[in-house]
Parts: sequence; structure tokens; C-alpha cells
Amino acid sequence: MAETYIVNTQETPAGIVPQITTDLRMSDYEGTFKARFNISRMDYKLAPRLYAVNQPDANSVVLVSANYKMSFDYLRKELKKIKAWILVLDTKGINVWCAAGKGTFGTQEIIRRIQETRLAQIVKHRRLIVPQLGAPGVAAHEVKKASGFSVTYGPVRAQDLPAFLRAGMKTTEAMRRVQFTLFDRMVLIPVEVIGHLKYVLWGLVYFALVSGFAPGVFSWEKVLFGSSIAAVFLFSGLIAGTVLLPVLLPFIPGPAFAWKGALLGLGVFALLQWLLAGIFTSTMLSILGWALIVVSLASFSGMNFTGTSTYTSLSGVLKEMKIALPLQIGGFSLGVILWTISSFI
Amino acid sequence: MFGHHYLKNTTTLQYDPKKCTGCMMCTLVCPHAVFRMEGKKAMIQAKDACIECGACALNCAYGAITVRSGVGCSAGIIKGYLSGQEPTCDCACPAEKKKSSCC
Ligand code: SF4
Ligand code: SF4
Repeated sequence: MAETYIVNTQETPAGIVPQITTDLRMSDYEGTFKARFNISRMDYKLAPRLYAVNQPDANSVVLVSANYKMSFDYLRKELKKIKAWILVLDTKGINVWCAAGKGTFGTQEIIRRIQETRLAQIVKHRRLIVPQLGAPGVAAHEVKKASGFSVTYGPVRAQDLPAFLRAGMKTTEAMRRVQFTLFDRMVLIPVEVIGHLKYVLWGLVYFALVSGFAPGVFSWEKVLFGSSIAAVFLFSGLIAGTVLLPVLLPFIPGPAFAWKGALLGLGVFALLQWLLAGIFTSTMLSILGWALIVVSLASFSGMNFTGTSTYTSLSGVLKEMKIALPLQIGGFSLGVILWTISSFI
Repeated sequence: MFGHHYLKNTTTLQYDPKKCTGCMMCTLVCPHAVFRMEGKKAMIQAKDACIECGACALNCAYGAITVRSGVGCSAGIIKGYLSGQEPTCDCACPAEKKKSSCC
């Protein structure tokens, strides 16, 4: 990836440090867009090292970040008038929050990076500002013990950084809280949909084949008809779990995601059934089969939104999975069996 | 009634006030304001909001907090289960490539 964000270099007692711009260019937005839609996910990284913003000096703040380009972009665009050093850790191209969970954004990496960049020769103070969401990987007291640098946790959102600095490096209650706004959830939809698409496409192959052969002789006409119906049902299940669930999340009753997904699946299925009733007739058995399939699919794909949401816990997800997963697998399998039987009679 | 509420009574968070020195660190790192200071000690004010991220336990230099930390991600848990490893957010989790609102 071209390092278009580097605009100059700066001399320091510890060697030359690249200077970066706080302006995002077209190519930066394009990269963000691609990452969101899962196009070329690879190599959305930058070199882990020290960067200079607005010609900082020995008294300027040191901000710690991950070497994920999107995190880095979000940070630098907030630093319009701020002199700062950015210490970029090697998190293998993963954002602060997820990397902290794995420990790659962590105590050891910070200590190593301080030594490697010879940060102590560049700044006079001994303070690092670490994004609060890095805290699950960083033990502030350990960093201090090993490097002499004390860690101050900065705001969750980079946009609060200027206010945080003006307030003498203090976060307010609101700055510390993780949100999950409608916008936060909407931007996550594309990857959710694309991530589950392959299961649906595989399912479609099965439904197309069975429709073509059953009952009686194979015909392409039957393949086309059968797979169109299957596509409508499968995609509606997928959309219930990966689009409707994220959008409606706080308004769907019940805390468990699998449950929320199942409810939406049922709703979408009922709606479809009502819309399609006039177009073609189907047997009770196939209706039941499709209902099970759509609800299971919506429940499963909806449950997977737990990983993307910001308020679920390991223990909670384990608890809901223990009940939901067998039901989803059983429901889906039973649905496929019922539908298959219905298409042969 | 509306809002983000997850399952109740599931967190493994444990806090021992006897070891607390009142340094406030847990209140500064928690993304869901689970802890609050009361006088010279921390106290748990919203246990069910805990997401088991582990930030408080790792940053309490006095060992007053323990929690089994991990990711609340079903895809990661399934992947961990299939590969016989700890649940991780590795690649099964599309989130790690795109979550930015919180970074
Ligand atoms: S971090 Fe530990 S010692 Fe500090 S206030 Fe919290 S519980 Fe008490
Ligand atoms: S584990 Fe995370 S969410 Fe739970 S109390 Fe500690 S810091 Fe807060």
C-alpha cells in the first residue's frame, strides 16, 4: 500500500521520523470502503513505528495506536491542530479493541516499541496516551515498571481526543462509554451479509438440484422455479438476521441474539407467506419446512452478530449458544427434510 | 425498556473490596461503567453490564478483581470449538477487520 499519509520527515535525537498529514485523501476513503465491504481485506496495515504530526517537540503528547489503517485514519484526522507523536504498535493489522482482546495490542508490545523507537530520547516527559479500548491488553502498572512510561487511558472515540487533551488529559464518563448507535450498527451490515452469503449459496445448490429432479423427470424449468423460491426464502432469512437484526437491535424483545433473530425470521416468513400465497400454492409440509429453515437461518446469522456487538460477554454468549445452537441445527435439518419429502409427494 | 441489555447473572466478574486501595483505575478502563467509586473504595454498580473484557482485572495492580475474559462472539466460539482451541476472535470474526467506531 502506498504510504500517501507520509508527507515529510522530521529529525529527532533518535533518528528520522516520518511526518504524516491529518487530511484524509480520496484513496483513504476508498480503502475504508473496501475494508467495510470485505474487498481486499489483506494488507490494510501500516508500518509499526513512531510517526510525527504537526512537527511535535520533546514536550508533545505520545498517542498509542494500532497498525490498522482505519484506526490510524480515525486518529490522525482528529489531530488537525495538535502536535503529537503517534506510536503505532504491531497488531497485525487489527484494530485496537480486537487486538487488545488477543493481547497483541498489549503490555509487551508497548514496552518493545518504546525501546525500538528510542522514545525516551525523543520526548522529555514519561507519559503515553493509550486508547481506553486497548486496556484489556495493557496493564498500565506493568508498562510503567518496565519502561518508566506511565499510561493514561484516553477516550474510546478518537473524536473526543481534542476535548480530552484540553481537559488536562481527563476522560469524562461519556468519553469512557462504549456506544452502539444505529450508525455503528449500519456500517457493520455489509460484512455480516457477505460473511453469511456462502452458506446461503451452498443451500441454494441443494434446493435447485432437488427441485430439478423431483418429482419425476429432470427439467431446467423446475430448477429455475424451485431455486427462485428457495432464493426468496433463504435470502429473507439471511436479511432478517444480518440486516433487520442490526438495525432493530434495541427494539427487539428479549436479550438473547438467537432469540431476536428467530423472532425476526418468523416475522419475515409470515410476511412472505402472505405475499406469496396468491402467486403459487404450496403444501402444509413445505410451508412448515420453509418456516423452520428461515427461522433457523435468521436465528443463527442473528446470533453471530454477538461478535460484532459491543455489549455481549463470553459467558452470556456461551449460555445462549448452549440452548440455541442445537435448536438451530435441528430446526434447519428438519426443515430441509420436510421440504425434501414435500417435493417428492 | 428499549436499549442494549444482554443476559443477566452470567458474568464471572469477582471483586474483593478488602484488597482495593481506591486507585480508581477500574472506573477509568471499564467501557460499560460497571464500577463506581464510593468513598475510598470501588464498588460494582452495574454487574450485568459487564462484557468480561478483562480490562479492570488486568489494570488493578492490587489484584482486587478477577474475571474470565474472552470474546462474546458466537462465530469465534464455534471456530474455537471446532479447532479445539480457546474461543478467539480470529478470522471467523468479521468484526476485527472493520470495527472502527470503537477504536
Ligand atoms: S483498580 Fe483495584 S485497587 Fe483500584 S479502585 Fe479498582 S478495585 Fe480498587
Ligand atoms: S471485565 Fe470489562 S466490562 Fe467487565 S467490569 Fe471489567 S472492565 Fe468492565
